Amino acid sequence: MLCVGTNMTECHPIIAVRVKKAVRKGAKLYVVDPRKIPLTQYATGHLPLKLGSDVALFNAMANVIIQEGLADLDYIENRTEGFEQLKDHLVPFTPEYAEGVTGVPADLIRECAIAYGSAERAGIYYTLGITEHICGVSNVQSLCNLALITGNLGKSSAGVNPLRGQNNIQGAGDCGALPNNYPGFQAVDDPASQLKFEKAYGVPMDPKNGITKIAALDHAVDGRVKSMWIVGENTLVTDPDVKHTTKALEALDFLVVQDMFLTDTAEKADVIFPAAAFTEVDGFFTNSDRRVQRLRQAAVPPGEAKADWWIIAEVAKRMESGVHFDYSSSEEVFDELASLSPIYAGLNYDRIESGDLAWPVPHLDHPGTPVLHEDEFVNGKGKLQLLEYVPPSENPDDEYPYYLTTGRRLPTYHTNTMTGRSSGFRILVPNEWLEVHPADAEKLKLEDGDWAKIRSRRGEVMTRVTVTKTSPRGTMFMSFAFPEETMTNDITNPDVDPITETPEFKVAAVEVTRIESPTGFAAEPALRASPGRDH
Amino acid sequence: MSESKMNLDGQDVTFQEGETVLEVARRLGTFVPTLCWDERLEPFGSCRLCVVEVEGHRMPASSCTLGAAEGMVVRTGSDKLRKMQSTLVEMVLSENPGDECPRCRDLGSCEVHDLATEFKVGRNRFLGATSNASMDDSNPFLLRDYDRCISCYRCVRICDEVEADHAITMTGRGWNKGIATAFDGLLMGSDCTLCGQCIYTCPTGALADKKMVNQGSVPGEIEVTRSVCPYCGTGCSINLHSRDGKMIGVTPVLGGPVNAGALCVKGQFGFDFVNSDDRLTRPLIRKQGKLTPVSWNEALDYTASRLKSIKADHGPKAFYAIASGRAPGESAYMLQKFTRAVMNSNQIDNCSRG
Repeated sequence: MLCVGTNMTECHPIIAVRVKKAVRKGAKLYVVDPRKIPLTQYATGHLPLKLGSDVALFNAMANVIIQEGLADLDYIENRTEGFEQLKDHLVPFTPEYAEGVTGVPADLIRECAIAYGSAERAGIYYTLGITEHICGVSNVQSLCNLALITGNLGKSSAGVNPLRGQNNIQGAGDCGALPNNYPGFQAVDDPASQLKFEKAYGVPMDPKNGITKIAALDHAVDGRVKSMWIVGENTLVTDPDVKHTTKALEALDFLVVQDMFLTDTAEKADVIFPAAAFTEVDGFFTNSDRRVQRLRQAAVPPGEAKADWWIIAEVAKRMESGVHFDYSSSEEVFDELASLSPIYAGLNYDRIESGDLAWPVPHLDHPGTPVLHEDEFVNGKGKLQLLEYVPPSENPDDEYPYYLTTGRRLPTYHTNTMTGRSSGFRILVPNEWLEVHPADAEKLKLEDGDWAKIRSRRGEVMTRVTVTKTSPRGTMFMSFAFPEETMTNDITNPDVDPITETPEFKVAAVEVTRIESPTGFAAEPALRASPGRDH
Repeated sequence: MSESKMNLDGQDVTFQEGETVLEVARRLGTFVPTLCWDERLEPFGSCRLCVVEVEGHRMPASSCTLGAAEGMVVRTGSDKLRKMQSTLVEMVLSENPGDECPRCRDLGSCEVHDLATEFKVGRNRFLGATSNASMDDSNPFLLRDYDRCISCYRCVRICDEVEADHAITMTGRGWNKGIATAFDGLLMGSDCTLCGQCIYTCPTGALADKKMVNQGSVPGEIEVTRSVCPYCGTGCSINLHSRDGKMIGVTPVLGGPVNAGALCVKGQFGFDFVNSDDRLTRPLIRKQGKLTPVSWNEALDYTASRLKSIKADHGPKAFYAIASGRAPGESAYMLQKFTRAVMNSNQIDNCSRG
């Protein structure tokens, strides 16, 4: 198992249970992460690479695999294209070269490559440590190269597995909440798909892709986007460079927010719709392994809060577009989705009862597809990619001498809108902490519990300090769960990957200085779960 | 898989290779009491309550550790066995303090007291000392009162086998025995992740859920509804416990296809944000700069008219929709249909980019 940029025991604890159990049964585990995360306790090897140096590392691993004769030549011949070019391209990517870029010893790179290349089944698991970079797509493709040259795509206990960070982020994409895809990943610019949805909805479809959310915020600033409808996202706090996002939302003529709480984003709205919680509606979530699972109503929404689908349908009816929006239940909505999405075609509320089916489920008798790409890839052959290492868009310099990287902690989920309102969690982690390596702490004259000011090219925040070897020398870590005190995304890096437009949340250059305890902050509690315990 | 036959209480029954006698008996609806058994755990055989008589065996055997075998002849409910079992329950009860069991009070029952009722025994014959072990009350979620511990090891085993955390272990012997963290410290600050799964396997009132405490003494039926965890993308199956339309707790679905009966601290204890006092309960419209409660009709009409005029004045691309990666799929589907069919553009995304 190769776990890359995934702090699994904190962010996906139950997937981590599976990994820990596999280790007990004898599986080898290599953890690639700049930080000494808890999962490293279980690892055969830990590769603490420098932030954003993934492509250099994985190209070097691919090089070693080919040099050592561990490539699966039959699989490469039958299932991939571009191997000869890849081989040539990888020549300069020696482990020694990668050591210079990543800081990981060449021998450890070799060891990890040989372990991955010689395993009968090797699975790659990654999270946002891979994707939240300006080279996020290249990072993922460099992992795909590894899987393709070793024949590890298309069988169980192998593959390249993204662990989705939110309960239904997979489902939201599946349902067509994307600027380039109708439900079921049918391309918006494909005339056959356009025709299908024109027929289904009875109105012409726009044949051109929309823009991403990140671009839409820019368009709001320059006045091209006048109105937004945001459902269940605290955009203002979760996006990088909060000042820019604030400007975008304030520039809108009309902002609709649909949420359970008056979030920072909702504070900016012209209309707020009160939404029912997951415990108060019927519906479905689709998880990381494409498993479509049923939610059931157990509680009554407070006051006049309503199910999301009902709210949207009621606005749509009042727009008098002539499009069908008369639904009497979430099940009717699901059935319509299934009728238009080939990957959900074989699903209905009865079939998702047990949660055993992973899409694609093309028809009602289909048993689901737990393993993708078994016989062939969607696009035929797997294209091996010739990838270059691109350094992060910001690197330490004299003015901003440290790296800042961000992520979640076990008891504080995302911006804390859910865990922060659940009793007990604020006792476990009551406030933000900047994790600082002891050597950096000494230089900065920082001790546990001291306050620091963290400044980047975007702005500055204040928080308490915890001294820990979890984060490597020169790299600090923070979560973004306490926006009321410490708005971490005031200082994160808004530069994006050119293809996905995902911002580089994982790398910013910062200056850190000790400050006197500010007034107006709650005192540090005596007892807490220690966030930066050394492992 | 091969199917074989054995004899259970005079009936020929079939079993699958690998099944234990306990599993065969329970599958067929035969009453066999247990205390140290949990379907998620490896058989342990410490409580001895599941004893059965096996033809050819001199002594009764614990059925949880006894593999079913071809031709095996087993009796489960003889008077002799019942007497052994009832004595064992009495001895277990003698270790427990006689005051009100917190688990019975919170959840309506517990395994030990259910068995006491079943065998019609109390804690009188072997009445003696209890361990008077201390309570660890430092954490916000788990109530630990080891005076009620019966040394079944289920908490230790669930922590190890189901959660793979191995944060607690059994220490000492006799009255000095106890469940302890490394260095015998508090749960907070130990390797414990506060996932709470020890609570829901505990067959006594030794471990309780602080969020569920006193729920049993409130009138009204507790309803259990199967659903899916709202946190990360793992998709763990959970049971929602509610009463009178209000959420009061969560338990793992034992056979959940992803989590197989495990949960983390967020899934187990992070549900009561839905009961938060600051939930939005009415639609709001900004009037003279102030968010003002209005009727649904007013909010919906107003939104529709504003979006209509924005589309008319600035075109379809002046609108943008952001769907939630936390709301149900039906929400995302409807928002994309609205964007594509009513606003006539593909100006929609979800929060996966950040």
